[in-house]
Amino acid sequence: MLDTIGLSKIEDLVAYLPKAVRYDKPLAIAPGRSEYDILDYFKARGAENAVAGGNGYACFLGAGVYNHYRPVMVDTVVSRGEFLTSYTPYQAEISQGTLTAIFEFQTMICQLTGMDVANASMYDASTAVPEAAMMAIRATGRSHILTARTVHPEYREVLHTYTQHQGIPLDEFGYDAATGLIDIEDLSRTITKDTAAVIIQTPNFFGIVENVKQAAAIAHEHGALLVVVFSEAVSLGLLEPPRDADIVAGELQSFAIPPSYGGPFAGVIACKEKWIRQIPGRLAGETKDANGNRAFCLTLATREQHIRREKATSNICTNQALIALMATVYLAVYGKQGLRELAVQNLSKAHYLAGKTKTIFSGPFFNEFVVRAESKGVAEINRELEAKKIIGGLPLEKFYPELKNTMLLCCTEMSRKPQMDLVAEALA
Amino acid sequence: MIKKVRTNPTQNEQLLFEISSPGKNGYQLPDLDVPTIDAAEALGAGNTRAEIEDFPEVSEVDVIRHFTRLSTWNFAIDLGLYPLGSCTMKYNPRINEQAARVDGMAWIHPYQPDSLSQGAMQVCAELERCLLDITGMDAITLQPAAGAHGEFTGILLIHAALAAQGNPRKKLLIPDSAHGTNPATAHMAGYSVENIASNSRGMVDTEALARAVTEDVAGIMITNPSTIGVFEENIAQVADIMHSKGALLYMDGANMNALAGISRPGDFGVDVMHLNLHKTFSTPHGGGGPGAGPVAVKQHLEPFLPIPRLARVGDKWAWNYDRPQSVGRVRAFYGNFGVLVRALAYIMAHGGNGLPRATYDALLNANYIRKLLEPYYDLPYAEPSMHECVFSDARQSKLGVDTMSIAKRLIDYGFHPYTVAFPLIVKGALMIEPTETESKRELDLFADAMISIAKEVEETPDLVKTAPHTTRTAKVDEVTAARKPIVRWKRPS
Repeated sequence: MLDTIGLSKIEDLVAYLPKAVRYDKPLAIAPGRSEYDILDYFKARGAENAVAGGNGYACFLGAGVYNHYRPVMVDTVVSRGEFLTSYTPYQAEISQGTLTAIFEFQTMICQLTGMDVANASMYDASTAVPEAAMMAIRATGRSHILTARTVHPEYREVLHTYTQHQGIPLDEFGYDAATGLIDIEDLSRTITKDTAAVIIQTPNFFGIVENVKQAAAIAHEHGALLVVVFSEAVSLGLLEPPRDADIVAGELQSFAIPPSYGGPFAGVIACKEKWIRQIPGRLAGETKDANGNRAFCLTLATREQHIRREKATSNICTNQALIALMATVYLAVYGKQGLRELAVQNLSKAHYLAGKTKTIFSGPFFNEFVVRAESKGVAEINRELEAKKIIGGLPLEKFYPELKNTMLLCCTEMSRKPQMDLVAEALA
Repeated sequence: MIKKVRTNPTQNEQLLFEISSPGKNGYQLPDLDVPTIDAAEALGAGNTRAEIEDFPEVSEVDVIRHFTRLSTWNFAIDLGLYPLGSCTMKYNPRINEQAARVDGMAWIHPYQPDSLSQGAMQVCAELERCLLDITGMDAITLQPAAGAHGEFTGILLIHAALAAQGNPRKKLLIPDSAHGTNPATAHMAGYSVENIASNSRGMVDTEALARAVTEDVAGIMITNPSTIGVFEENIAQVADIMHSKGALLYMDGANMNALAGISRPGDFGVDVMHLNLHKTFSTPHGGGGPGAGPVAVKQHLEPFLPIPRLARVGDKWAWNYDRPQSVGRVRAFYGNFGVLVRALAYIMAHGGNGLPRATYDALLNANYIRKLLEPYYDLPYAEPSMHECVFSDARQSKLGVDTMSIAKRLIDYGFHPYTVAFPLIVKGALMIEPTETESKRELDLFADAMISIAKEVEETPDLVKTAPHTTRTAKVDEVTAARKPIVRWKRPS
């Protein structure tokens, strides 16, 4: 090959580069290692973590990341090289597999959320929330965003990061200390004629199922859009979909995506038909090929950065396609009946444990709930549980200074009764 | 002559919703070990749904056949050369997939105490160390989820650093050869965009640049090597021009596969840059993601990096949130950890000795393709190529055949097309990046196909213009798709 090019050694390929931009020293990285050594390294590092299921730990953390069982079908499908090693399906004629799966994904997200349109994925919910907010600003021509304090605290932090230089004032409204639901009066007080969107989450960060209809009525009365966020997607198997929302921004980690220390996950944005041209990210659409057969392709690309550059709806390019495929396979495996049964199991487990503890909110909850530690502090309780190989709840004071000595607990279908009883015992 | 492929029947398959039949299922849940809760009672009847209308009901066999059939309709790296320019479609080693699926990597919760996550934090620390060595930068965040997300983070850092000196400034300069994400990012970070024209050799025009850098300019976003696959020979001078006016140099690391182990951005004046782990570091594209877009900076930008930052406290790792000058979080938790694991596995497999070798092989492959195709396709810029080469359809378009038609014809020859009509500074571009993982045999077949198509353009242009001819899906009507968008399935009424 060098002969063909007319060079004598491979380093000659960069001989023309100035010495100042060359790096001739060896990298401070150990020489290449074997498969066996590499796997060994990651197993050893893994053993230094507490691993749910893996080295015997039971985990009662939720808060946006959930331990759900992953049917073996999911990795079987996504390990196929045709899905794993293909690029974004710009060349539709040889990407129909990916495009068809995206179309099915978009459809199932619409069916679950009650929306008309869903995009092909966002990075995660934390980045889908600010994208939904910017979408509402474009749609309404207004500038303010009003967010419930019961939206995941890290999603709200990312919302702040994204909007800080775009002239988008952010306001928040509170929750009812007795029910854990959004404070409707506070919402009514804080919403103004400048509010582009009201953002709520259901189930909210405390696990409480919000009244979407009521929030929508207030938002719409003031000419604002309602953005509904979800972080526990399994709840959609059982809960009334947020049909009154204008935009839904959610996290799909619950659908077969391992917790993986926080990523990669897949976010999604769904919306009513009328906002389709404001939605960020990729969309697959149905059309026909030259022979009249049904075919799919990426569509409405004039919203996107590679066509629109600085006028695009978002800068997003790479998304979470393979993770969205995991979710699609997961939903196909569970189906209409299974997703409901799964949701009922989650509900039942959480209510079993909650029934043995002192929850602080009276609102209806799905699979997460907040408890107050009685005699001992939350740190002490979690230490006791750790000794029994149980990862306890998330102390809430870090995010909600007023909720001293409380923790957020989560149960899923993977929680087992003996460990749940130990948690109840520690909290007693 | 088509040498690489012949046709093979593929299965037809309907959508999940169309093969669904009531009562079928493919799941099995364990028996509940607690009493079953009545949902309507626990949540209120108004809060529960009766059913998920039209949701699929299929068996396990239905699921595996459905997705396997769909998969056979895709082209993939595992099938052959996928020479998308600037996308670095290299082989995705399967050890990476195994590493990310180790229980101790996959089943860890981001909120479990730091004391129970030391192994995961060590993996992050080791990857940070390797990436800093490769880039020659001083500090790095692994939080951004993709390249565009990294760009956004990087520009926020520039904004914060300049604001700390009293004025964040108003504009970002972006060469006309840049990826579309660059201007879109600048806009999201509150900057206006000024396009900088490239000179006749496809490089940044340093005289024009010096005139453009005013007190309003916060920085420049440069891709190096540029999108025509050429090293910006004046990069150090560009850095000097920016720095002399108090502005910063951002490097889009999309083309880092040309530099890893042989040239370090930190040594040629870059202040902040992102890496695409799904390009240079072999994590799979997965049909469009997930990726990861770590952002590396020089020391003066370190105080502004997103929270939390990995920190060594005594002999343990900890997440440090106490960083008053930080731009904030750009994402929940710590980043696409599973992608970080894959990238570290790749770096370990290559090692310090293998990374530069891979880079040289990437350069060799691109220059080999260039040499073989130069007699047949117009080369708009004669500068030496790094990891990709860019031709134009100037000769073929005179005969009425454009780059898109040549790309579609390439499909008939068994290859994925190159990047079509980008960068914008080349009219009718063919942007070809073979990567280091292609053999001479595969490259020869590709060159042979391209040469054969060049001849077809002269002899049977209609054959090229109406391609592809052998795919199960013929040319797709994208215009109708956009005019009347159908973006979800609905039960026929």
